[in-house]
Amino acid sequence: MAWARKLLRVNLTDGTVSSEPLNMAWADQYLGQRGLASKYLVEEIDPRCDALGSDNKLIMATGPLTGTMASTGGRYSVITKSPLTGTIACSNSGGFIGAELKAAGWDMIIFEGRSPKPVYLYVENDQAQLLPANDLWGQSVWETDRLLHSKHQDPALRIACVGRAAEQGALICGVINDLHRAAGRSGVGTVMASKHLKAVAVRGTKGVGNLKDPIRFLKETEYRKRVLQQNAVTGQGLPTYGTQVLMNVINEMGALPTRNMREVKFEGAGNISGEAMHENRPGDGRPNLTTNAACFGCTIACGRISTVDQGHFSVKNKPKYWGSSGGLEYEAAWALGTDTGVDDLDAITYVNFLCNEDGLDPISFGATVAAAMELFKDGVITTEQTGGIDLQFGGAQALVTMAELTCRGEGFGRDLGLGSRKLCEKYGRPELSMTVKGQEFPAYDPRGIQGMGLTYATSNRGACHLRSYTVASEVLGIPVKTDPLVTEGKAELVKAFQDATAAVDSSGLCVFTTFGWSMEDIAPQIDAACEGDWSVDKLLEVGERVWNLERDFNLRAGLSAADDTLPKRLLTEPANTGPAQGRVADLGKMLPEYYQLRGWTADGELTQDTRTRLGL
Amino acid sequence: MYRALRLEPEKCTGCLQCEMACSYENEGVFVPAKSRIKVFTFHHEGRFAPYTCTQCDEAWCMHACPVEAIVLDEATGAKLVHEETCVGCKVCTIACPFGTVNYNRDSGKVVKCDLCGGDPWCAKACPTGAITFVEEDAAGMDRMRAWAQQGIVGLASGAKTNAPRDKGETLPTYLEA
Repeated sequence: MAWARKLLRVNLTDGTVSSEPLNMAWADQYLGQRGLASKYLVEEIDPRCDALGSDNKLIMATGPLTGTMASTGGRYSVITKSPLTGTIACSNSGGFIGAELKAAGWDMIIFEGRSPKPVYLYVENDQAQLLPANDLWGQSVWETDRLLHSKHQDPALRIACVGRAAEQGALICGVINDLHRAAGRSGVGTVMASKHLKAVAVRGTKGVGNLKDPIRFLKETEYRKRVLQQNAVTGQGLPTYGTQVLMNVINEMGALPTRNMREVKFEGAGNISGEAMHENRPGDGRPNLTTNAACFGCTIACGRISTVDQGHFSVKNKPKYWGSSGGLEYEAAWALGTDTGVDDLDAITYVNFLCNEDGLDPISFGATVAAAMELFKDGVITTEQTGGIDLQFGGAQALVTMAELTCRGEGFGRDLGLGSRKLCEKYGRPELSMTVKGQEFPAYDPRGIQGMGLTYATSNRGACHLRSYTVASEVLGIPVKTDPLVTEGKAELVKAFQDATAAVDSSGLCVFTTFGWSMEDIAPQIDAACEGDWSVDKLLEVGERVWNLERDFNLRAGLSAADDTLPKRLLTEPANTGPAQGRVADLGKMLPEYYQLRGWTADGELTQDTRTRLGL
Repeated sequence: MYRALRLEPEKCTGCLQCEMACSYENEGVFVPAKSRIKVFTFHHEGRFAPYTCTQCDEAWCMHACPVEAIVLDEATGAKLVHEETCVGCKVCTIACPFGTVNYNRDSGKVVKCDLCGGDPWCAKACPTGAITFVEEDAAGMDRMRAWAQQGIVGLASGAKTNAPRDKGETLPTYLEA
């Protein structure tokens, strides 16, 4: 079965919880997690609703392989309408709470309405109850985690919660689970806080069983674990350096967006790279990296556990930050470091800790600080707005102060909490916001990696690398090497990545497995576990269906083809150096072909044929 | 000769594959809560430690059991809980100095590691070699060799000791200044 076949519905307005059977006809069409929860959301909310109003819903969903022994089978997603973008949002996280929810016997939780007072949801197997969270409101993620473990006297309790920034209405907040894993993007944490839902605490002892063919499942998953182990990326690169293996690689390509994407190479990249995290610091003689760490069931273990030098200015006299905690991944290191021009590894590790501690999306936060730094450079904002802080590119102290303010929702931190688009609009310079559909860019410059331009422009949740990671093909040669500077064939590549990724995101597996696994590796694992016939073709069709479902939601929410674009800077200001020198993002050459391949009109609308073919 | 589980925390990434293998082999479901091997996370220190029954020769759980439900498996050296005999009194859970015998609320019996009849699933499932099943009187050899190398050879050559997968980088206390 793999599915628990049961969902938990929580009405926060009434304070009630109820159990209902999972719609298995939908599960056959949308698999689980991202796909299935998106289907529920689309059926249950008005796309034009206020994302922070009580009409929006928030879904925490697992996939059929979540909680099983398949490698990386511990993922869960948070699905809602985004207050940052106005689009459908789906943020994916690892850690342990997804598997715990599944082990408690639930495929997903649907939160609806808004509680009059702060509450948290406590789930112990079949039993679920809303409990008062007055004592938790106003506390950080880390403190909330500690208080709940202490209150329930259960060290095995798994907790997801929002921090103070989300309570204060910052639009760039994620839901943090297990202290430092994040459903980070698109402001899903802000929606959770808007419902006065502080935390979800789960204990599951029932487990996942009743697979379709358990012996075959064990064989298929065991074999694929060996595939991951023998693959250079998943077996060596990621365990050793984490995603930070990319910092120097992308910099060398001249595709590392620097200082609010004004440049494409960062002179300080080496100081904040995965390699640098292994080097002993001059201060205390220890490396930044304590160890690599795995999420539930993951045999890759790309996670970084790090420390900050206790003598560093950022943590001096702050013993709370002297221990090990979730360290820098590539996107965070890029946003907090490269995009702000800060190459102080200790400072950005500390700011990453703060993002975890108070639930900020480090990509959006770093990119928003970068935009603010450009506004400061242009004299649009001054020390008057920043509270006396000299907000120059490269200022580690300024970055640290801004993070502390944003976490607490104080001073200029309130402006930064708006995200890059609203910040730049507020100060009359919208063109300085490096966003698509209101969501900040990640760490790949589309002038040097053309496929990523189309990826960003067409992503259903705004600028994002995880919707179609064509970097795999254009940089790493997975599954086949394509030229990053060429636009031909990229429309097809992007569509293929988008569909496959949507399927993987619906399964309970981590998309990082696809560095080593093809869909031919993934399908048999799903097929062995789940009722039905789960071939590669069926999975790709599920992925395409999910993509079109999300697109349709966005169009009905009021977005249009005009939103499938990139900031003017990337379309008109050529890369200043490196292999892509003189190039802009050639979006116009790819977008019409992409619409055609998708079966959409020239205006980016779904045709009736496409709807019929996909059963929408 | 019997074999024993060798646990090397410095190699553990905390993925819980061992717990799922254990719970599946023994309970038929993937559920860490019912695993007989446990991985403990020490967040502040950034360390993970797998822990389970060491199959003591002088097994206190076995001595303490009033109904002789814990018996020696002559083939593997494991101390087994005979489910039909166990009355769920939990005296063994008190007697075990390491806490590796635990009560299962669902069955009303105690559970402990039985070495899976001589082919432990946790060791097979561990992706990093943190759990291995080795000749019991050689269980410490690799670790001795590693310490010897690190303390003597490594220092003499000035080699780096913080390789990513080898987390035993801290010096023995007697070598710290």
